Amino acid sequence: MQGFPFFPEQASSFAAQVDHLYIFLVALTAFFTLLIATLIGVFAFQYRRRSEDERPGHVVEPMALEVAWIAVPLAIVVVIFFWSAHLYISMNRVPRNAVDVYVVGKRWMWKVQHLTGQREINELHVPVGIPIRLNLTSEDVIHSFFIPAFRVKKDAVPGRYSVAWFLATKPGTYHLFCAEYCGTKHSGMIGSIVVMEPARFQAWLAGGAAGLSLAAGGQKLFNELACVTCHRPDSQGRGPLLDGLLGKVVKLANGEAVTANEEYIRESIVTPSAKIVAGYQPVMPTYQGLVSEEGLLQLIAYIRTLKGPAGGEAPPAAAAEGPRSPKDQARDVRTQ
Amino acid sequence: MASADPHPALAHHFESLEVQKESATLGMWSFIAQEVLFFGAFLLVYTLHRNLYYPVFEACSHHLDLKLGAFNTAVLICSSLTMALAVHAAAVGKKRQIVAWLLATVLLGSVFLGVKVVEYHQKWEDQLVPGLRWGAAEDVGRELHLQGADVDHAQLYFSLYFGLTGLHALHMIVGIPIILWIAFRAHRGEFDAAYNTPVELTGLYWHFVDIVWIFLFPLLYLIGHH
Amino acid sequence: MTTEAPALPREHYLNVAYGWKSWLFTTDHKRIALLYLASVSLAFLAGGVFALLIRLELLTPAGDVVQAETYNRLFTMHGVVMVFFFMIPAIPAVLGNFLIPIMVGARDLAFPRINLLSWYLYVIGGLFAAYSILTGGLDTGWTFYTPYSTVYSNSNVVSAALGVFISGFSSILTGLNFIVTIHKMRAPGLTWFRLPLFVWAHYATSLIQVLGTPVIAATILLVALERVLHLGFFDPTRGGDPVLFQHLFWFYSHPAVYIMILPAMGVISELVAAFSRKRIFGYAFVAMSSLAIAALSFLVWGHHMFISGQSAYAGLVFSALSFLVAIPSAVKVFNWTATLYKGSISFQAPMLYVFAFIGLFTIGGLTGLFLASLGLDIHVTDTYFIVAHFHYVMVGGTTMAYLGGLHFWWPKITGRMYPEWWARLAALMVFVGFNLTFFPQFVVGYLGMPRRYYAYPPEFQVLNVLSSAGATILGAGYVLPMVYMVWSMRYGKIASANPWAAKGLEWETSSPPPTENFPRQPVVEEEAYHYAPDLVVGHGAPSPGAVSHG
Repeated sequence: MQGFPFFPEQASSFAAQVDHLYIFLVALTAFFTLLIATLIGVFAFQYRRRSEDERPGHVVEPMALEVAWIAVPLAIVVVIFFWSAHLYISMNRVPRNAVDVYVVGKRWMWKVQHLTGQREINELHVPVGIPIRLNLTSEDVIHSFFIPAFRVKKDAVPGRYSVAWFLATKPGTYHLFCAEYCGTKHSGMIGSIVVMEPARFQAWLAGGAAGLSLAAGGQKLFNELACVTCHRPDSQGRGPLLDGLLGKVVKLANGEAVTANEEYIRESIVTPSAKIVAGYQPVMPTYQGLVSEEGLLQLIAYIRTLKGPAGGEAPPAAAAEGPRSPKDQARDVRTQ
Repeated sequence: MASADPHPALAHHFESLEVQKESATLGMWSFIAQEVLFFGAFLLVYTLHRNLYYPVFEACSHHLDLKLGAFNTAVLICSSLTMALAVHAAAVGKKRQIVAWLLATVLLGSVFLGVKVVEYHQKWEDQLVPGLRWGAAEDVGRELHLQGADVDHAQLYFSLYFGLTGLHALHMIVGIPIILWIAFRAHRGEFDAAYNTPVELTGLYWHFVDIVWIFLFPLLYLIGHH
Repeated sequence: MTTEAPALPREHYLNVAYGWKSWLFTTDHKRIALLYLASVSLAFLAGGVFALLIRLELLTPAGDVVQAETYNRLFTMHGVVMVFFFMIPAIPAVLGNFLIPIMVGARDLAFPRINLLSWYLYVIGGLFAAYSILTGGLDTGWTFYTPYSTVYSNSNVVSAALGVFISGFSSILTGLNFIVTIHKMRAPGLTWFRLPLFVWAHYATSLIQVLGTPVIAATILLVALERVLHLGFFDPTRGGDPVLFQHLFWFYSHPAVYIMILPAMGVISELVAAFSRKRIFGYAFVAMSSLAIAALSFLVWGHHMFISGQSAYAGLVFSALSFLVAIPSAVKVFNWTATLYKGSISFQAPMLYVFAFIGLFTIGGLTGLFLASLGLDIHVTDTYFIVAHFHYVMVGGTTMAYLGGLHFWWPKITGRMYPEWWARLAALMVFVGFNLTFFPQFVVGYLGMPRRYYAYPPEFQVLNVLSSAGATILGAGYVLPMVYMVWSMRYGKIASANPWAAKGLEWETSSPPPTENFPRQPVVEEEAYHYAPDLVVGHGAPSPGAVSHG
């Protein structure tokens, strides 16, 4: 530890920008505090009471002064707002080539799943220079995934998926904290983010028990839970076709239309009666309690691999299948 | 300065009866403003969940006894009428009438509460009281014509039903003894044309309670009715 | 002016009756203020003890003083007791209750019996909270986030929630009383723009109390019901939404922090005027800024939820509005500073607290800008940076103002002066102790130490040790006034009616005042803070003559 640091390491693409805003605000705070303190010090000294019956001097209260010290702070905060909003928007906009990682918070550990099947507890290995999209949820209470060195933090809320992203810029090991109070071992729900050079990361991926990829695990669950009984690829089943579902606009029985995203799919498995697809009966049973949050993520990953109206295909767990359109290639990168 | 003896109702800390009356009135309006926000928070929770689970809310609403609800609405509106007549009688100093109309208000309010007891009892019998007596999922589902997770969401509806109508009933249970006390004071001749603010403000409170019901009735009983 | 020693008036509100019944059944606003003083001091002691235990645990990185469950209860109860039973009532219920009727020239508040009821509700709420503490405590954090509080916690959620619920009505009724009193019971000649800024500040506070508190009442009631009856509003497994709780909770709890700071700002205005012997610069702007803060306070609650899952658009709106609410506070700070210009300044203890307030509130308030900044808040939210921010404004701000006000009006309340040099020493200890406790927390927070952590990585230890050291000094600084104030009630120098030669209706009556406050209703013929009769104010007319009694 060199000297006395006031900043965590800057290990992500936006850490420096966050620090710059911080430094500006520190300077602003120091400036105004010193200004006020100096003025008070000077006035207190110069106008200290010298005798009991002295009268205060004649002071004009010009309106212009009041307007000035409303207008100037207003201008300053407008600048800060746009600066911080711009930073925030870029921190919210997930790059198209981000690699998905799935995180489930549970009292009191972080369960991490890579698409390729690696599972980690309280640790997340990532390659340097590749944007990582964190898909967060919780099994029980609200947690919060916090990596100080990346300046990234996002609540993991039960019943919904939240998203954050980062691009690690420096190899190393960094703190991971839970930042939303969650009970007894809240301060024990900590771990590490391990950022590796791409080659070492590939080695790490290859080594160790990888298990099934997320999507392959989802296919296994899909069959074990007999989803295919109703969601048949030949569209003869009682349930709607799932091919190409993610991102599609779905028409519901009540006339509304929704875009099928991850939360829609999760809800359809856990609370199927919430949204009935037009033209189908509300007969799907609920799987709440029968599938874990990780299982839900696996099923969603599997459904993501089901291709368009041309019919279902096996998920890309094996070797590449031959030339694919650029769009499909991009999609492959995302799902790996 | 006061020209004659101060009015017997003048409290020691007010300079004049006028100030006292205005203060009491502003106080009651402030109190009602606070109540609007209190009920408002619950109504917000209601609105959000009704939007999320409209078909469930509709099914549960149909399960309520519309006749009893409508009857109660009529009863409460009449009680506001009798209360208004009491306030008018106080303004013109007619002591006997004040007492009579106040007692009529109490009577009507009690009828309202009695009907609510009947309704709550019905829910108890039907095992539709969340947390205290909520039937098995299939039974509730059959009762309400719902299935699956919708039965869980029906709990949300009935929690809101009991919460909102229960809070409302609580306000009436507090209001009725107050009206009786005001009636007693009226009987003792405490109010005249110069001073009848307590009657007025009790009336204000009672009208507020009525208005809350006028919101609750369509929100709870009339979902999906055209 | 004579030089003979002042004597206590023959009859005043303290000696007009003795015995416990004369206190517990009083309707005199001044006695009720003292009942509150005793109760909030008890609450402050309890909350302070919890704080010291927290800082004791945080001396070392490992969790080795208490168990995790105990620690979680300590920080929760520290928050609940300090927020609901000290910070929110302290200035309004002690100083506001005592002074507002006198400052408007009335004999009492509009509803004296409701005032007493307010105190009883506070006590009953406090008893529920005490029960919750003594039978195992609460461990949800003072913020009661769901579903932890409604489903998972094994602590006394319901009794604590009921304590908060009941004490909320105390706050509502106090606010209601102030609103009516200020509207309807001002003495002849006392127009709105002649009111002391203390009154303006409490008026704005009361608006928040009346309109905001019912929402937390409804919310905490829902939490208690959900926990007992296993309802589902905040439980995602039953169709509910945990974030809904956060919206409802913060809709009140953000305005609540302005309930805590606005009265403090009112105190500071009075003290700056009195110890500069000058009218507050920009009186109208300071008055209006209180109302602006109250109005804006209801529009910014989402800044507590930037990472909770609300949409980015909501975040942008709340961020913009949160920046706006900083402006009226800045206006006040500039106007107070300008008041000192060409004033006649003295440095007794209350003024030392003023200087501390202005400096620390400026820092605390400006760190609020850090939090309103979306991109930055992501990093610092839920860390010790937040803890430092709100302690700067609540302790460096409100508590300083409370102590300053208590010292300033002590001769009026008790007829006796506090010992000046002990008071200055205490002010200095509090100032030093405060900065040592909380400044390191800004640093350790930005470094990444999350809040509500019972054990932490070793690299954060140095800063935590500094903080804990400061807490000891701060604690000692707080104990001192408790001792010498009580001492002074019996042995303090007897004070004259106006020991500070200050302007204001409260200084026109005896120290202590008679029960009826004034022998005859005053008639007001001059502006507030009329220290120089021949002074021409920038945009007003001069008002000659002194206050007369009709």
